[in-house]
Amino acid sequence: MIQRAIDGRETSAATAVKVRVSHLDVYYGSNHAIRDASLDIEENQVTALIGPSGCGKSTFIRAINRLHDLTPSARVSGKVELDDVDIYSRDVDPIVMRRRVGMVFQRPNPFPMSIYDNVAYGPRVNGERNASRIAVLVEDSLRHAALWDEVKDRLSESGVALSGGQQQRLCIARVLSLRPEVILMDEPASALDPIATAKIEELIAELREQYTVVIVTHSMAQAGRVSDRTAFFLNGSIVEAGPTNQIFTRPKERRTEDYITGRFG
Amino acid sequence: MSIELDSHRTLTAARGRAAQRGLTTRQAVADRAFRVALLGATLLFVALVAGLFIELVHGSWESIVTFGAGFLWSSEWNPVTNHFGALPFIYGTLVSSAIAIVIAGVVGISAAVFLAEFAHPVVARPVSFFIELLAAVPSVVFGLWGLFVLAPILGHTVEPFIQRYLGFLPFFSGPIYGVGLFTAGLLLALMIVPTVSAIARDLIQAVPNELREASIALGATRWETATRIVLPSARSGIVGACVLALGRALGETIAATMVIGNRPAISASLFAPGYTLSSVIANEFTEATSSIYLSALLELGLILFVVSVVVNGCARILMWSMLRSQGRRS
Repeated sequence: MIQRAIDGRETSAATAVKVRVSHLDVYYGSNHAIRDASLDIEENQVTALIGPSGCGKSTFIRAINRLHDLTPSARVSGKVELDDVDIYSRDVDPIVMRRRVGMVFQRPNPFPMSIYDNVAYGPRVNGERNASRIAVLVEDSLRHAALWDEVKDRLSESGVALSGGQQQRLCIARVLSLRPEVILMDEPASALDPIATAKIEELIAELREQYTVVIVTHSMAQAGRVSDRTAFFLNGSIVEAGPTNQIFTRPKERRTEDYITGRFG
Repeated sequence: MSIELDSHRTLTAARGRAAQRGLTTRQAVADRAFRVALLGATLLFVALVAGLFIELVHGSWESIVTFGAGFLWSSEWNPVTNHFGALPFIYGTLVSSAIAIVIAGVVGISAAVFLAEFAHPVVARPVSFFIELLAAVPSVVFGLWGLFVLAPILGHTVEPFIQRYLGFLPFFSGPIYGVGLFTAGLLLALMIVPTVSAIARDLIQAVPNELREASIALGATRWETATRIVLPSARSGIVGACVLALGRALGETIAATMVIGNRPAISASLFAPGYTLSSVIANEFTEATSSIYLSALLELGLILFVVSVVVNGCARILMWSMLRSQGRRS
């Protein structure tokens, strides 16, 4: 299994590895949610995590910016290296690390405050006090998230009043305001209609130029459309990982093929 | 009329449904009888509140006619000359409740944030349990403790200490008796703190976890997340909890009576004795020999009733509006 993941690595050895996950295990109490998962996530690529519901994709992605720290019953072992530094090692401050690894959630979750303050929140809690620099960051981030034209005249209105698709782009803008290096997305379009989904997918294609993107999706079509590389999860393990077109057309594992061709899941 | 129409329609509909499900008319009638019984029980409460109000107005009518609106701002309370004014009692009630809600608000909300956001469940569960137990202690027990423990401590130690350093402020000047507005306020604070902290904790826990995660994922600390995201999200509900607690402080009788000093006087000093609306009613209704005296006491009851109903109404509306807006989100 791991060998296959490593094989996947070799096919595109030309690009740099941004996040290297090795032998990751995650437990919720006695539930062993992720079993010995290893994956290389390459810089400026979109990596899709696919697999049936409950197979651990979200648990895996949450381990990459230590969100499990918030869950008292969760326990993580193994290594997650960001630029060759293990983010679980003692001398890494998770607060500082999370500025470099942003997260977009399944359901749009804007804060109950104005559109402007939603985007300004990240810079503010990270010590930015200069109002004009914050204003620049807010505008840039909203533009980058393809939301600026829709909201520039109502920045002081509540972020919660936007439509679902706009809320999700606001959440992406909120993440971009910190200029992160890695953006994690946990089924970012699953609560959205097809048009809003298409906008988010376009956005992901653009983000890839500057950021390393990891996206969890239950839609194989979406994985095919947006990703460069794909990892297939099953029952908490990574069955196979590699370039998306190879996973979709010539999977090495029987179980991957069965899933791709719709025989289960 | 319209009620009758409605119930007729309901009955017809019930019969239709009953027929569809193969039920007999007898069952449909039983269904209707049950419905009417429930409606009756519900209306009883509405009638009770309305009846209470009408009865209070009726009972205090003599006083309302005799003293007019001046009753509200006259500070004379003289059963011998039959001159009655409510101001000292309104003042005592408002000041002791204000002290209580300020202290209970700060302490209760802090405890709620700690219990909901920071404490490990092993700590949070028993502590929450004990805070809620505090609400079950009868007020007369609080009153006894207040009179024999709290008042002497405040009178001998705390109040002289405050006066030594802040005595130049009028609220902390004047003679110290131990019993008084400040003691009553502090005791009331203890009594209402469980209300504030238990409700505030529930409301804080009701804030969607996605908001906390989003904040943490943006590099905020737990503290920043609690103060900038969680508390503002729960703000209107927490204000509602405080107002609800305030309602309890306003009406609390026995504990306040035991430690407030029971003197119908208005003094700038919080250390001076005072009197509350509910205390004077409880203390004096047995000796209210003249009808105007009794009527004046009932008018104090009317004032207290109106203030409490308004305060509680506002509290409920605030909390409902918060829970509703969160329901919309999810």
